[in-house]
Amino acid sequence: MDHVRYIDRTTAYYRSQGYAKSYAWAQHDAVPFTPLSKPLAQSRVGLLSTSEIAIRFDPATEQNPIVEQGFRAVYELPADVPTAKLYSRTASFDRYATHLEDVNAFFPVDRLREAVARGRIGSIPPRLYGAYNNYSQRKVLEEEAPKALALARRDEIDAAILVPV
Amino acid sequence: MSLIARYLEEHGIPTVVIGTARDIVETCGVPRFLFVDFPLGSPCGEPWNVAQQGEIFEMALGLLESAQAPRTTRAAGFAWSKGEGWKSLVFTEAQPYQSVEVQQAWLERKEKYRQLRAKGKL
Repeated sequence: MDHVRYIDRTTAYYRSQGYAKSYAWAQHDAVPFTPLSKPLAQSRVGLLSTSEIAIRFDPATEQNPIVEQGFRAVYELPADVPTAKLYSRTASFDRYATHLEDVNAFFPVDRLREAVARGRIGSIPPRLYGAYNNYSQRKVLEEEAPKALALARRDEIDAAILVPV
Repeated sequence: MSLIARYLEEHGIPTVVIGTARDIVETCGVPRFLFVDFPLGSPCGEPWNVAQQGEIFEMALGLLESAQAPRTTRAAGFAWSKGEGWKSLVFTEAQPYQSVEVQQAWLERKEKYRQLRAKGKL
Protein backbone atom coordinates (compact mmCIF):
# COMPACT_ATOMS: atom_id res chain seq x y z
CA MET A 1 0.00 0.00 0.00
CA ASP A 2 1.24 3.46 -0.85
CA HIS A 3 2.26 5.91 1.89
CA VAL A 4 -0.29 7.98 3.80
CA ARG A 5 -0.97 11.47 2.45
CA TYR A 6 -0.93 13.19 5.83
CA ILE A 7 -1.57 16.69 4.53
CA ASP A 8 -4.83 15.67 2.83
CA ARG A 9 -5.77 13.26 5.60
CA THR A 10 -5.30 15.71 8.48
CA THR A 11 -7.01 18.52 6.56
CA ALA A 12 -10.11 16.37 6.13
CA TYR A 13 -9.88 15.06 9.70
CA TYR A 14 -9.67 18.44 11.41
CA ARG A 15 -12.40 19.81 9.17
CA SER A 16 -14.63 16.95 10.35
CA GLN A 17 -13.71 17.91 13.94
CA GLY A 18 -15.08 21.39 13.36
CA TYR A 19 -11.90 23.36 12.66
CA ALA A 20 -12.71 25.78 9.85
CA LYS A 21 -9.16 26.79 8.95
CA SER A 22 -6.77 24.16 7.65
CA TYR A 23 -3.09 24.21 8.53
CA ALA A 24 -0.75 25.60 5.89
CA TRP A 25 2.23 23.23 5.83
CA ALA A 26 5.62 24.67 4.98
CA GLN A 27 6.36 24.49 1.28
CA HIS A 28 9.64 25.42 -0.39
CA ASP A 29 11.05 25.09 -3.88
CA ALA A 30 14.70 25.76 -3.05
CA VAL A 31 16.48 23.41 -0.64
CA PRO A 32 19.94 24.08 0.82
CA PHE A 33 22.66 21.45 0.83
CA THR A 34 25.94 21.07 2.72
CA PRO A 35 28.14 18.03 2.05
CA LEU A 36 29.93 16.27 4.89
CA SER A 37 33.23 18.03 5.58
CA LYS A 38 35.04 14.87 6.68
CA PRO A 39 34.42 11.12 6.93
CA LEU A 40 31.76 10.03 9.44
CA ALA A 41 34.40 8.06 11.32
CA GLN A 42 35.97 11.42 12.20
CA SER A 43 32.71 13.35 12.60
CA ARG A 44 30.79 14.32 15.68
CA VAL A 45 27.12 13.46 15.11
CA GLY A 46 24.25 15.00 17.09
CA LEU A 47 20.70 13.71 17.62
CA LEU A 48 17.62 15.97 17.78
CA SER A 49 14.00 14.83 17.93
CA THR A 50 10.54 16.30 18.45
CA SER A 51 9.48 13.32 20.56
CA GLU A 52 9.40 15.51 23.70
CA ILE A 53 12.08 13.25 25.13
CA ALA A 54 12.52 13.59 28.91
CA ILE A 55 14.37 12.00 31.83
CA ARG A 56 12.69 10.21 34.72
CA PHE A 57 13.79 11.59 38.06
CA ASP A 58 12.74 11.44 41.70
CA PRO A 59 11.41 14.91 42.56
CA ALA A 60 12.01 14.21 46.27
CA THR A 61 15.76 13.86 45.88
CA GLU A 62 16.66 15.08 42.39
CA GLN A 63 16.28 18.12 40.21
CA ASN A 64 14.86 17.78 36.72
CA PRO A 65 17.98 17.19 34.61
CA ILE A 66 16.35 19.05 31.72
CA VAL A 67 16.26 22.81 31.69
CA GLU A 68 13.34 24.00 29.55
CA GLN A 69 11.54 27.19 28.79
CA GLY A 70 7.94 26.00 29.00
CA PHE A 71 7.53 23.92 25.85
CA ARG A 72 9.56 26.34 23.76
CA ALA A 73 12.83 26.19 21.90
CA VAL A 74 15.38 23.40 21.71
CA TYR A 75 16.53 21.81 24.97
CA GLU A 76 19.38 19.54 26.04
CA LEU A 77 19.89 16.28 27.89
CA PRO A 78 23.19 14.82 29.16
CA ALA A 79 24.36 12.29 26.55
CA ASP A 80 25.40 9.75 29.19
CA VAL A 81 21.86 9.41 30.58
CA PRO A 82 20.91 5.73 31.00
CA THR A 83 18.44 4.81 28.24
CA ALA A 84 16.09 3.27 30.82
CA LYS A 85 15.57 6.73 32.30
CA LEU A 86 14.43 8.25 29.00
CA TYR A 87 10.79 8.52 28.02
CA SER A 88 8.60 10.52 25.66
CA ARG A 89 5.91 12.94 26.79
CA THR A 90 4.38 13.39 23.39
CA ALA A 91 0.78 12.52 22.62
CA SER A 92 1.37 13.14 18.94
CA PHE A 93 1.70 9.62 17.53
CA ASP A 94 -0.52 6.83 16.21
CA ARG A 95 -1.61 5.36 19.54
CA TYR A 96 -3.68 2.66 17.82
CA ALA A 97 -0.81 1.28 15.76
CA THR A 98 2.25 1.66 17.97
CA HIS A 99 3.56 2.76 21.39
CA LEU A 100 6.47 4.74 22.80
CA GLU A 101 7.84 2.21 25.30
CA ASP A 102 11.10 1.73 23.37
CA VAL A 103 12.72 5.15 22.99
CA ASN A 104 15.06 3.80 20.32
CA ALA A 105 12.11 3.52 17.95
CA PHE A 106 11.96 7.34 17.79
CA PHE A 107 15.09 8.56 19.58
CA PRO A 108 17.81 6.13 18.44
CA VAL A 109 20.27 6.89 21.20
CA ASP A 110 21.52 3.32 21.63
CA ARG A 111 21.98 2.90 17.88
CA LEU A 112 23.99 6.15 17.95
CA ARG A 113 26.16 4.93 20.83
CA GLU A 114 26.73 1.60 19.06
CA ALA A 115 27.85 3.44 15.93
CA VAL A 116 30.44 5.31 18.00
CA ALA A 117 31.55 2.10 19.75
CA ARG A 118 32.28 0.35 16.47
CA GLY A 119 33.99 3.37 14.95
CA ARG A 120 31.31 4.06 12.34
CA ILE A 121 31.07 7.65 13.55
CA GLY A 122 33.74 9.57 15.39
CA SER A 123 31.91 10.78 18.46
CA ILE A 124 28.72 12.19 19.89
CA PRO A 125 28.47 15.58 21.60
CA PRO A 126 28.08 15.71 25.40
CA ARG A 127 24.39 16.46 24.91
CA LEU A 128 21.31 15.03 23.22
CA TYR A 129 18.68 17.48 22.00
CA GLY A 130 14.92 17.75 22.06
CA ALA A 131 12.34 20.06 20.50
CA TYR A 132 8.56 20.41 20.44
CA ASN A 133 6.09 20.17 17.63
CA ASN A 134 5.50 23.83 17.02
CA TYR A 135 2.62 24.91 14.82
CA SER A 136 4.13 28.35 14.25
CA GLN A 137 6.64 28.24 11.41
CA ARG A 138 7.68 31.77 12.33
CA LYS A 139 8.61 30.64 15.85
CA VAL A 140 10.50 27.63 14.55
CA LEU A 141 12.54 29.89 12.28
CA GLU A 142 13.03 32.69 14.80
CA GLU A 143 13.58 30.69 18.00
CA GLU A 144 14.12 26.97 17.58
CA ALA A 145 16.27 26.79 14.48
CA PRO A 146 18.74 29.48 15.68
CA LYS A 147 18.91 27.74 19.08
CA ALA A 148 19.62 24.41 17.37
CA LEU A 149 22.36 26.05 15.33
CA ALA A 150 23.90 27.74 18.39
CA LEU A 151 24.00 24.41 20.27
CA ALA A 152 25.41 22.60 17.25
CA ARG A 153 28.19 25.16 16.98
CA ARG A 154 28.91 25.22 20.70
CA ASP A 155 29.11 21.41 20.78
CA GLU A 156 31.15 21.32 17.53
CA ILE A 157 28.74 19.04 15.69
CA ASP A 158 29.74 18.01 12.17
CA ALA A 159 26.41 16.41 11.20
CA ALA A 160 22.94 16.03 12.71
CA ILE A 161 20.34 13.26 12.70
CA LEU A 162 16.87 14.80 12.99
CA VAL A 163 13.80 12.77 13.89
CA PRO A 164 10.36 14.37 13.61
CA VAL A 165 7.77 12.36 15.54
CA MET B 1 11.80 19.61 12.17
CA SER B 2 12.20 19.92 8.41
CA LEU B 3 12.55 23.67 8.86
CA ILE B 4 15.35 23.12 11.37
CA ALA B 5 17.06 20.75 8.93
CA ARG B 6 16.95 23.45 6.26
CA TYR B 7 18.25 26.10 8.67
CA LEU B 8 21.17 23.99 9.91
CA GLU B 9 22.09 23.09 6.35
CA GLU B 10 21.97 26.72 5.23
CA HIS B 11 24.47 27.44 7.97
CA GLY B 12 26.88 24.68 7.04
CA ILE B 13 25.76 21.66 9.07
CA PRO B 14 24.79 18.54 7.09
CA THR B 15 21.61 16.80 8.26
CA VAL B 16 19.53 13.72 7.63
CA VAL B 17 15.85 13.50 8.56
CA ILE B 18 14.41 10.09 9.54
CA GLY B 19 10.64 10.33 9.26
CA THR B 20 7.31 8.70 8.50
CA ALA B 21 5.29 11.56 6.98
CA ARG B 22 6.72 11.56 3.48
CA ASP B 23 4.42 14.20 2.00
CA ILE B 24 4.98 16.67 4.85
CA VAL B 25 8.77 16.39 4.78
CA GLU B 26 9.01 16.50 0.98
CA THR B 27 6.60 19.42 0.69
CA CYS B 28 8.79 21.41 3.06
CA GLY B 29 11.87 20.18 1.20
CA VAL B 30 14.93 18.87 3.05
CA PRO B 31 18.46 17.97 1.95
CA ARG B 32 18.42 14.27 2.93
CA PHE B 33 15.40 12.25 3.96
CA LEU B 34 15.18 8.60 5.00
CA PHE B 35 11.52 7.69 4.61
CA VAL B 36 10.30 4.90 6.90
CA ASP B 37 6.77 3.79 6.03
CA PHE B 38 5.73 3.15 9.63
CA PRO B 39 3.03 4.65 11.89
CA LEU B 40 3.64 8.06 13.45
CA GLY B 41 5.72 7.43 16.57
CA SER B 42 8.04 4.72 15.19
CA PRO B 43 10.19 6.40 12.53
CA CYS B 44 13.40 4.63 13.59
CA GLY B 45 12.10 1.04 13.51
CA GLU B 46 9.59 -1.12 15.29
CA PRO B 47 9.78 -0.98 19.10
CA TRP B 48 12.28 -3.50 20.50
CA ASN B 49 13.41 -4.61 17.02
CA VAL B 50 17.06 -3.76 17.57
CA ALA B 51 18.29 -5.34 14.32
CA GLN B 52 15.83 -3.37 12.21
CA GLN B 53 16.55 -0.15 14.10
CA GLY B 54 20.23 -0.74 13.44
CA GLU B 55 19.62 -1.15 9.70
CA ILE B 56 17.51 2.00 9.57
CA PHE B 57 20.11 3.98 11.50
CA GLU B 58 22.84 2.74 9.15
CA MET B 59 20.74 3.78 6.13
CA ALA B 60 20.52 7.28 7.59
CA LEU B 61 24.30 7.40 8.04
CA GLY B 62 24.73 6.12 4.50
CA LEU B 63 22.52 8.91 3.21
CA LEU B 64 24.66 11.50 5.01
CA GLU B 65 27.65 10.14 3.11
CA SER B 66 26.16 9.40 -0.29
CA ALA B 67 23.72 12.22 -1.07
CA GLN B 68 25.09 14.54 -3.72
CA ALA B 69 22.25 17.06 -3.94
CA PRO B 70 19.29 18.33 -1.91
CA ARG B 71 15.91 16.53 -1.89
CA THR B 72 17.61 13.17 -1.77
CA THR B 73 14.99 10.76 -0.45
CA ARG B 74 15.66 7.11 0.25
CA ALA B 75 12.87 4.71 1.25
CA ALA B 76 13.93 2.28 3.97
CA GLY B 77 11.75 -0.42 2.40
CA PHE B 78 10.51 -2.12 5.56
CA ALA B 79 6.82 -3.05 5.97
CA TRP B 80 5.11 -2.76 9.36
CA SER B 81 4.97 -6.29 10.77
CA LYS B 82 1.35 -6.09 11.89
CA GLY B 83 0.10 -5.20 8.42
CA GLU B 84 -0.90 -1.95 6.79
CA GLY B 85 -4.38 -1.53 8.23
CA TRP B 86 -3.17 1.50 10.20
CA LYS B 87 -2.74 3.43 6.96
CA SER B 88 -6.44 3.66 6.19
CA LEU B 89 -7.37 4.34 9.83
CA VAL B 90 -4.98 7.06 10.97
CA PHE B 91 -6.68 10.46 11.25
CA THR B 92 -10.18 9.16 10.68
CA GLU B 93 -13.28 9.63 12.79
CA ALA B 94 -13.15 5.92 13.63
CA GLN B 95 -9.86 6.57 15.45
CA PRO B 96 -9.76 9.99 17.11
CA TYR B 97 -6.10 10.95 16.89
CA GLN B 98 -5.83 12.16 20.45
CA SER B 99 -7.76 11.07 23.51
CA VAL B 100 -10.30 13.43 25.07
CA GLU B 101 -7.92 13.93 28.03
CA VAL B 102 -5.00 14.87 25.81
CA GLN B 103 -7.11 17.25 23.78
CA GLN B 104 -8.41 18.86 26.98
CA ALA B 105 -4.88 19.26 28.36
CA TRP B 106 -3.80 20.84 25.10
CA LEU B 107 -6.64 23.33 25.17
CA GLU B 108 -5.79 24.23 28.78
CA ARG B 109 -2.14 24.72 27.91
CA LYS B 110 -3.14 26.91 24.99
CA GLU B 111 -5.43 29.00 27.19
CA LYS B 112 -2.73 29.41 29.86
CA TYR B 113 -0.29 30.53 27.18
CA ARG B 114 -2.86 33.00 25.79
CA GLN B 115 -3.39 34.49 29.28
CA LEU B 116 0.34 34.83 29.95
CA ARG B 117 0.70 36.56 26.62
CA ALA B 118 -2.18 38.91 27.35
CA LYS B 119 -0.46 39.89 30.61
CA GLY B 120 2.76 40.53 28.72
CA LYS B 121 4.60 37.73 30.54
CA LEU B 122 5.72 35.97 27.37
